[in-house]
Amino acid sequence: MQNMEVDQMQRQYLDYIKSLFLEGFLDGQFLQLQQLQDENNPDFVVEVVSLFFEDSERLLNDLTFALDQKGIDFKKVDAHVHQLKGSSSSIGAQRVKNCCIAFRNFCEEQNIDECLSCLQQVKQEYCHVKNKLETLIRLEQQIVAAGGSIPTMEFSF
Amino acid sequence: MGMAAETQFHVLAVDDSLIDRMLIERLLKTSSFHVTAVDSGSKALKFLGLVEDGKRNEEPPTIALEANQDVEVNLIITDYCMPEMTGYDLLRKIKESESLKDIPVVIMSSENVPSRINRCLEDGADEFFLKPVQQSDVNRLRPHLMKSKVKDEEDHHQISNKRKETEESHSPDKTRTKMEPPKVVNSS
Repeated sequence: MQNMEVDQMQRQYLDYIKSLFLEGFLDGQFLQLQQLQDENNPDFVVEVVSLFFEDSERLLNDLTFALDQKGIDFKKVDAHVHQLKGSSSSIGAQRVKNCCIAFRNFCEEQNIDECLSCLQQVKQEYCHVKNKLETLIRLEQQIVAAGGSIPTMEFSF
Repeated sequence: MGMAAETQFHVLAVDDSLIDRMLIERLLKTSSFHVTAVDSGSKALKFLGLVEDGKRNEEPPTIALEANQDVEVNLIITDYCMPEMTGYDLLRKIKESESLKDIPVVIMSSENVPSRINRCLEDGADEFFLKPVQQSDVNRLRPHLMKSKVKDEEDHHQISNKRKETEESHSPDKTRTKMEPPKVVNSS
């Protein structure tokens, strides 16, 4: 019974993570993170992802504040977006990263309306990927708790 | 990895992003490097024993070596975009220091700006990595460290001048173009 459960969980996990890649939420960088995790650093992914959440929420708050000012400091806005782009890129949060790229272009143009629109978009994308990652981590933890190992996703070039 | 005779090299990593520091530290450690990670150029200089305002060390070379190096750093890898002191500024300060100029320096950046890359390489950086840094990038570090190890056994000044002359034409490898990261192909 136990083995069947673990099998099922592992399949569910693989299907889920594959979908995240197919839908563009995650890119290959996330796999790199997983590869850096081992018995000596079993919580590496969770640690980095948690940091990403903290960082992003802080940056999104800063962005909201900065864009709410009467005289918008676009350099500051750009600096925040640059940071968010960096961290999302580092963990493989592809859609968030892509939002940031567009966002930076509008910062350069000092286009307030587009920047505000980008801010909304990036907040949405962040929420999506946060939910997905939390679900993914939960699935991993379930597998481990049931005595199984987290399967590695196989992909072909 | 883990061969008995292998020297453990000490890498100083500099990045203002905590996430990126974690990443680079893990990457370096999986390659068996000993790592110190700091979050700014000024902290890096402090760690290296160089005074922050970048005053050239005026003591004669032999004494400078002893005074500045309680810790031996074999390679410095630094982010380019950092507040206050950029990776490029840090590179310059290191290369201007008698005691530190022979330490290989690698620059990382999330932005692929050819003029930036060229300037760093021309001014003494040994490699330029595009972020996010991959394991394959880290694998390219060891040759630079082995080269330095050999140099350490000879006279610093003469050898470093010779090296600058021979490396005038940069190999294509150094102008870092992003190689294929492990991307998933959307096939089903």
